[in-house]
Amino acid sequence: MTKDIIKTQKLTFDYIRRDEEGNVEGITTAVNDVTLNIAEGDFIAILGHNGSGKSTLAKHMNAILYPTEGTILVDGKDTSDENNLWDIRQTAGMVFQNPDNQIIGTVVEEDVGFGPENLGIPTNEIWERVAESLKAVNMYEFRTKSPNKLSGGQKQRVSIAGVLAMHPKCIILDEPTAMLDPKGRSEVIRAIRALNDVEKITIILITHNMEETIYADNIFVMDQGKVALSGTPREVFSRVEELKRLRLDVPQVTLLAHELKKAGLPLPAGILTKEELICHLS
Amino acid sequence: MSLILDHVNYTYDTSTSMSHDALRDINLNIKDGEFIGLIGHTGSGKSTLVQTMNGLLKPTGGNIYYDGADINDSDYDRRALRGKVGLVFQYPEHQLFEETVFKDVCFGPKNLGLTEKEINLRSFDALEKVHLEHEYFYQSPFDLSGGQKRRVAIAGVLAMKPKVLILDEPTAGLDPKGRDEILGLISKIHEETNMTVILVSHSMEDVANYVDRIIVMNKGEVFMDGTPKEVFTHPDELEKIGLAVPEVTYIVRELKERGLNVDTTVTTLQEAKETILKALEGR
Repeated sequence: MTKDIIKTQKLTFDYIRRDEEGNVEGITTAVNDVTLNIAEGDFIAILGHNGSGKSTLAKHMNAILYPTEGTILVDGKDTSDENNLWDIRQTAGMVFQNPDNQIIGTVVEEDVGFGPENLGIPTNEIWERVAESLKAVNMYEFRTKSPNKLSGGQKQRVSIAGVLAMHPKCIILDEPTAMLDPKGRSEVIRAIRALNDVEKITIILITHNMEETIYADNIFVMDQGKVALSGTPREVFSRVEELKRLRLDVPQVTLLAHELKKAGLPLPAGILTKEELICHLS
Repeated sequence: MSLILDHVNYTYDTSTSMSHDALRDINLNIKDGEFIGLIGHTGSGKSTLVQTMNGLLKPTGGNIYYDGADINDSDYDRRALRGKVGLVFQYPEHQLFEETVFKDVCFGPKNLGLTEKEINLRSFDALEKVHLEHEYFYQSPFDLSGGQKRRVAIAGVLAMKPKVLILDEPTAGLDPKGRDEILGLISKIHEETNMTVILVSHSMEDVANYVDRIIVMNKGEVFMDGTPKEVFTHPDELEKIGLAVPEVTYIVRELKERGLNVDTTVTTLQEAKETILKALEGR
């Protein structure tokens, strides 16, 4: 039996808005009573429209935010216990949307080495980790370059390498491709999938791009702070109308198959790839 | 009233060791009322190109004519030009700054030296055009959602009543519904006012659904220029420069190879559905 790397129990988080004097103006419940389990080694996608609470939920997974109510266990450790903080941050690494905000080094390998250095790891091992992390995201040849000279997709892969060098069990990526062009997107997604397939790292990918989620083991769709839908990509994307109501899309291929099915063609629900569709049509 | 680019070149950091060409010999004729998609991967020169079009960057070679006059002549009124050629930057909501939404939208027309009444009328009209509910007009722009902020920013440019509207990736970072809303809005404004619209985008699907002419940039040069159907019949060339064709175009091409009699020039979902249904009926 595989164990759960992330377990939330009735997790609720309130953002409290205050006026200039510090009086409470209002409360927004961003995550509302979420109970979910993520198994170690899975590739998970979290979907949801802007403001649905997906980023807030993700920030609980490496203890940037703490639940207002309920609990979250990361690799069996409760994030609300301060003594667990370092362990949790090392277990679960996070990659953010804007590549320019998360690179600090003046040379690529220096940036990647920053995390392990903070963990107090011996210098020799830091270099080993830097090299293997950069190789894993296919950026080794850029190790002595300045991050400023890299493209968005390359920078984002350096950010991932930086997290990877901490040897996490789980990486959370909050819309890592939102600011990239199609080429940068596919580079980053390829790197993420390889980490999941080869290194068996649990991946939690938050995205608006439906095409990126079709390889996931499981998808959670968030709406108004709750998990509105969950299941395999095939299960989730067969509910086209419901997703549209949640301000979301389905992949183009799935949408075309859905339209053709509505027009009377005998097609199964939830077709995900063009190969499948072509196979059914010809 | 057209915009003509004649042998335009632009070099960043000229006469230094860092100098590099961002635009090379660009020749374009943009006619009134066209809806143009400008695509190309990062660093292909798209943003540099649109910034030369409203005089923010002065080409290092060649000329740009708006309405028959060279916009880089020393006596040309470039301030007026920026009212006629409106540019909405990437993430325009970062540029909101006023106390209220309405005041923010007024900023552009105010700089054109219009009367108070005209400024207010235009701003009101622009906010209506982007479908912002009246209740938000006098709120702080910073209390709005991402999609709403972006609509306010677009209204700020619309209030200048430009003849040409250029939008640099107006849907970046929005969720699918927000994206459809913004694109629907732009397309409606284009239809109603017959404004020339230039849409810089990374999404082939968006471009295929809305525009009637596509300009593809690569390494500072115009790589292709034509209707979506013409451009998207060259998937191999586009892939070579890091782009793609819409997903549905790939599907119909493959179906054709497998012997189904479909039209391979389709670029939108609706067209793909029709041609597939027709081909299957005929079998």
